[in-house]
Amino acid sequence: MEHYDAIVIGGGLVGSAIAYGLARAGLKAALLDEGDVAFRASRGNFGLVWVQSKGDGAPHYQRWTRQSADEWPALAEELLSKTGIAVGHHRPGGLHLCLDEAELAARHAMMERMRTQSGNFGFDYRMLDRRELADLLPGLGPAVIGASWTPYDGHANPLNLLHALHKGFVEKGGRHIPNSTVTEATAASGDFRVRAAGGEIGAAKIVLAAGLGNAALAPRFGLSAPVKPLKGQILVTERACETLPLPLTTIRQTAEGTIMLGDSQEDAGFDTSQRPAVMQTIARRAVLAFPWLRDLQIVRAWAALRVMPPDGLPIYDQSERFPGAFTANCHSGVTLAGAHANLLAPMVAAGMLDPTLEPFSARRLDVPAAV
Amino acid sequence: MTVELAIIGAGPAGMAAAVLAGELGLDTVLVDEQNSPGGQVYRAIERAAPDTPLGPDYLAGRPLAAALRASRVDYRPNTTLWHVDPDGTLFLENAGHTETVTARRILLATGAIERPVPIPGWTLPGVMTAGAAQTLLKTADLVPEGRVVLAGQGPLLYLVATQLARAGAPPGAILETAPLDNYLDAARYLGSLWPGRRLLTRGLGLVAAIKRAGVPIRRGVRGIRAVGRRRVDRVAWEGGELAANYLLLHEGVIPNIQISLALQLRHEWDETQLCWRPALDAWGQTSLPNIAVAGDCGGIAGAEAAVLTGRLAALDAALWLGHIGEAERDSRARPIQAALDRERALRPFLDRLYRPTRSVMVPAEDDIIVCRCEEVSVGRIRRAARLGATGPNQLKAFTRCGMGPCQGRICGPVVAAIIADVHRRPIAEIGTYRPRAPFKPITVGALADLEIPRCAATTKGETTR
Amino acid sequence: MFRPRSEARRPSVAVTVEGRRIAVPVGASAAAAVLAAGFDSIRETAGGRERMPFCMMGVCFDCLVEIDDVPNRQSCMVEVRDGMRIRRQIGARRTHPVAG
Repeated sequence: MEHYDAIVIGGGLVGSAIAYGLARAGLKAALLDEGDVAFRASRGNFGLVWVQSKGDGAPHYQRWTRQSADEWPALAEELLSKTGIAVGHHRPGGLHLCLDEAELAARHAMMERMRTQSGNFGFDYRMLDRRELADLLPGLGPAVIGASWTPYDGHANPLNLLHALHKGFVEKGGRHIPNSTVTEATAASGDFRVRAAGGEIGAAKIVLAAGLGNAALAPRFGLSAPVKPLKGQILVTERACETLPLPLTTIRQTAEGTIMLGDSQEDAGFDTSQRPAVMQTIARRAVLAFPWLRDLQIVRAWAALRVMPPDGLPIYDQSERFPGAFTANCHSGVTLAGAHANLLAPMVAAGMLDPTLEPFSARRLDVPAAV
Repeated sequence: MTVELAIIGAGPAGMAAAVLAGELGLDTVLVDEQNSPGGQVYRAIERAAPDTPLGPDYLAGRPLAAALRASRVDYRPNTTLWHVDPDGTLFLENAGHTETVTARRILLATGAIERPVPIPGWTLPGVMTAGAAQTLLKTADLVPEGRVVLAGQGPLLYLVATQLARAGAPPGAILETAPLDNYLDAARYLGSLWPGRRLLTRGLGLVAAIKRAGVPIRRGVRGIRAVGRRRVDRVAWEGGELAANYLLLHEGVIPNIQISLALQLRHEWDETQLCWRPALDAWGQTSLPNIAVAGDCGGIAGAEAAVLTGRLAALDAALWLGHIGEAERDSRARPIQAALDRERALRPFLDRLYRPTRSVMVPAEDDIIVCRCEEVSVGRIRRAARLGATGPNQLKAFTRCGMGPCQGRICGPVVAAIIADVHRRPIAEIGTYRPRAPFKPITVGALADLEIPRCAATTKGETTR
Repeated sequence: MFRPRSEARRPSVAVTVEGRRIAVPVGASAAAAVLAAGFDSIRETAGGRERMPFCMMGVCFDCLVEIDDVPNRQSCMVEVRDGMRIRRQIGARRTHPVAG
């Protein structure tokens, strides 16, 4: 049996960010990953590093997201210098467009709440009217009447990020074990053994970051991760010359010039088929915002499953029954990559989650702890 | 709009299926991207002159196209399928407008595509497929100027050489890549030469015609590369080189499985033909009860076999849709099946004689481009595979390989072979890209304007922001 | 360069390729017109490499050109019409963000 300091189950954005942080901290780490065909929320990500919509009514989430966004530039820089891979992080601030007065008023109210809830952390935002928006966004559609803006939002290339985290992990001595769906596992305090791909590995610490797979995996380690799939579809256009100067909640232009359109939510279980009706709604909303998008060709589209906890907020937990076992679950693997690599991983390395992460425990969901 | 049978592709399989389906009284629609019937093998057949340099086998497609036109089948040219729901809803695009058609049964007849031949310099202007040159002759009566070199192996190589010669542009040379081993391997199937004698005679006739035209043929050629700065001006190989204005590559054809993969039909790896094809029964039935396949997209067997499998699929569809009984289907199928057996007789011999060499599947040099769209090299793919990409989809995430407009149609086979090589596993275990809609690009506006039938519309639980 | 075969007898259609007038047979594709016009390349990849049509059957997307002001069209799938204007496809397409 091979021995490690830590095992991370799940090689998506969450798992690889944590694994990277652990390897960087000098731990001998193994990263277990499934095969080529798996749900892989990370491969379907839109790519926003988004702050302004996160944590209304949950100041701890607002703060965690802000911290992650603040860690992002350093993480991007470090990944570039260590792996040569540019993750394309750009932080010009972000916009959330509103199409009628009621929507605008509700958005304004939400921004105010976020500011109030942020306490001494602060929350800087501006509401832009149509005139200001039209100066900022070329070809803005007549249907758009205003938007909220914060300086904290940005975007990045999620696939480059995944590649860079994997490469950085391996280059720091991490062991990546693909095609290893976990078949058997035993848990004891500080002693975890996992059987995968015909071999057994053991470690004093284990992190469950298997996305939708966490729901079934968690109870074996005295944890609870009641996440469910929430389908989303995305459309990608042909490369266009640089037109959109900053990202919006549902439309962004990538560094390559392609324009990505989202953002649907479909309660469809584990079905990952595309639905033209939903694709059409995405297209229609995009065209309302920017009529000139009509002429662009859609060259690629997909559907993927978000990893969604019951209240939408991340679940971070450490096992009381089996100390040394941790879990991380969220639907914002890109936004939270900064926090996962630079804040969460050190906590795991130290053997204990910071008390500030208490509110993220699954206990808040009143789910009985696994016995 | 609802029909009983929707056929995708108006090549020999699609045309034959449509004509018979029409005769059997099935309410049928035939969808095809091209502006006229024929697919690739009979492309532009309706415009063909009786003395066409393309020869009598090409002209054999005329009656089929005429029968299609004379039938009551709803034939939709210039119509691209960009998505299909397994339940039978087809999403089509024509001249920038989108629409839907619902079919109780679907027949995929999307034919074959050329196998990618990743050699150094294959992306240079002036390097094309042999099929491309043939298409230019068929559709536009154009021939390449200057010296043309044909390289590769397979019956099409000799056919195109003959056709170019008859059209007044004989190739400067043929570089055949079939290694000696192939000849030895194929010799085990000499017994099939008699049942396959018709095809064999035709093939030998082609080779003889080439020799009569004075085209030099070099055999067992290895290490072919296209050389040039802004376009190809030389073709080099181990032990020789030639100045050339055009290099036409051909290493056989493989099934066009883009749509069958998108539908997630069950596929099998064919170790003889070195390609993926959908798993089918004798009637072309796939792993989904309402979907069948006919012609080369179900496995390479040639144009005449495609006509026959198209007819078998039409008969089976007629049974499935309740137009005929099983006894009638079987009795009508008997002569068709017998003819199909004869057509397929030479296949094992040909498949082994023209089996691509390893370097076509796994190129030897790291800087050869594999993904033409995104310019991803063999080296980058190998490194990503070593980093942990165990299949084409994970590889796509790490390298952009397969993310270009062709959606992996060109690079798919080579990518899988390289990953298999790095991980020392059989290609059959590596898998394929998962193609997604839109299969071909459509505009945001066309999608926004689409009228979707109620059954496929947004259901409870779906929202967008 | 591709040239018409000497016994070709089809009526022709007049198009322009990068401003150069070319006659191609009825039924030919815009890609055929590009090849007949004798240009060395018709598009550049994102990496700046020059390309010409490769497969002529709608699979490779190397024949993308601008046809009658619409960029990124697969020219091998578009039939020529009298007066068609074909131009090279260089880099990312232009957008036309006219204020709404």
